[in-house]
Order: sequence, then C-alpha cells, then structure tokens
Amino acid sequence: MHHFRAPHARRLISASLMIGVAFIIFGLSFGVLAVSAGASVLQACAMSLLIFTGASQMSAVSVIATGGSAASAFGGAVLLSGRNAVYGLAMAPVLRGGSLPSRLLGAQWVIDETTAVVSAETDAATRRTAFWISGAILYASWNIGTLMGALLGSSINPSDFGLDVAFPVMFTAMVASHLRTKAGRYAALFGAVTAVALAPFMPVGLPILVAAFGMLFGLAPQSSDEASA
Amino acid sequence: MTWTLILGLAVSAYFLKLLGAVIIGHWEMPPVLERCLMLIPAALLAGLIAKDTFTVGQQIGVDARAAGLAVAVIATWRKLPFVVIIVAGVGTTALIRLFV
Repeated sequence: MHHFRAPHARRLISASLMIGVAFIIFGLSFGVLAVSAGASVLQACAMSLLIFTGASQMSAVSVIATGGSAASAFGGAVLLSGRNAVYGLAMAPVLRGGSLPSRLLGAQWVIDETTAVVSAETDAATRRTAFWISGAILYASWNIGTLMGALLGSSINPSDFGLDVAFPVMFTAMVASHLRTKAGRYAALFGAVTAVALAPFMPVGLPILVAAFGMLFGLAPQSSDEASA
Repeated sequence: MTWTLILGLAVSAYFLKLLGAVIIGHWEMPPVLERCLMLIPAALLAGLIAKDTFTVGQQIGVDARAAGLAVAVIATWRKLPFVVIIVAGVGTTALIRLFV
C-alpha cells in the first residue's frame, strides 16, 4: 500500500494507532458480549468482518442478549448504521476516480472514525492517504479485538476504566478543525443539541440522523471567514 | 444469534455505506451541495459527542463522562497532543468513578 509511504503518513499512522488501541479494547468487549449473547466465535468474527460498524453490532448483540427478537435487533442496528450512508456522501470524493474494487473495499471502511480522521485533513491527497491508512488500521484493530474477546470470553467492564468516554473524547479532538468556520460551528451546535434533545422522543439511532441536517448551514452564502479557511 | 440476522445486517450495513460512498457519491456535486456535505462530519461528530456523553439509551443525564469530556475540551483548546487529550479525558472519568 503506497499510502503508508506518502507524506504525512507517519503522523496519520500514529493517530490511527491511538484510535486502534481503543478499537481493540472495544472490539474485545464486543467479542465477549457477542459470545455471552449466544454467538459462536465464528459468528462474532463474521459480524466484525462483514458488518464493521461498532454501534450497530453492539446494539444488535445487546438486544439479543436481553431477549429481544431478531427483528428488533435488526431494526435498531440498521437505524444506527444509517449515518454511514451520510458519511459515505462526504467521503465519496476520496474514493472517486479509484478502481471499482478499491471503491467497493473503501465503502466497507466508511465509519465514524475514518470519516473523522479524513475530514480533519484539508488537501485531497492527504485525505486519500488518511482514509486508506485509518481504514486499514481500524479494520484490523476491530477484528483482532473481536477475535480476542470471543476467545477469552471472560468479561472486562470497559466503563470501569472510563473507556465509554473514549469515543466522545476522541471525537472532541477531531471535531476541533471543523469549528474554524462559522458554518462549521453552527452545524456542530445544531448536531449536539439535536442528538441529545431528541433522544427521549425517538428510537436510539434516529436523533443522530436528524443531527445530520446541520449540514444545511452550508446553504448560507459563504462568509469571509469561510473563504479564508 | 442466527446467521440470518448476521448476514441480513452485513448486507444492509454494506448497502448503506455503498449507497453514500459509491452509488450517489459517484457524481461530482455542485459547490453548494459539496459545502453542505463537508459540514456533515461537524454535525454528526458533535452529535455523537453529545449523545455518548449525556445520554444512556433514551435517558438524558450528567455523570462522570461529562467531566472527562470537559477535560478533553480544555486539552483540545490548549492544542495538546492527541494522546494527551485521550488519556486526560478517559483518566478523568475513570478516577471520578473510582473515588466518587
């Protein structure tokens, strides 16, 4: 993979490895959860390899573990993965122009964290490098973690170590670059308020999709501070 | 856990990714639309931060996670390295849970 030797590669690799450590730990707890919900080791690994969107996998497994039906496990998980379609739209320029196999592989790696790593970069070539490096590292980490967890089967409680806050903390570091423009700040504010305020009134997974409407601040005429960004 | 559920989820999760990244995303967008799409990560990341810090399922609340987030916001604002931001944020939440 020539992306691993591109300019900025070292910085992007170390950032991705940091997230990768979190992914191994979360993958591990997913593996443990999946097996205790009655999945085989092979099924747990198949979920991480084929579905590869953590929140959906977690929710499907927790619904099954608490005695929910396959239909409700399916519905909740699909709702949660809906945002990947929206991320895909934002990530499409990174994949555009690549070969069909590379675009088909790349699509599988469009998730919260790869989108965050990519969108923190400004120029097109670095964004492409960021996508393939973070995608490869995070896909590997998530699956290694899952396998370890499914094999170990013994439970660790991630929240004892404050790890449930690892993702919001990580996203905070990543969202900062988006707050330089006025439209970015409005979009972020809209997203944050919507995701929390609507939570009691909608099924889990839906408020975050409504938060995506924050993108409509892009319709406003470009202000001078955006032009310079 | 059935294979039907796993494969059903795999197909729909991949289709959703493909829909955005390849099927619709195949075409160049007009600048105004491009500008909107570039705001998606800001809106969704901020939404995820808020949701993962202040909600459990459909319940809204403030707990030890909020302190971890506050520390992370300060660390980010001070432009500290990525590693420091993560360790400080996660460590704060863990310590509060340990002692409170």
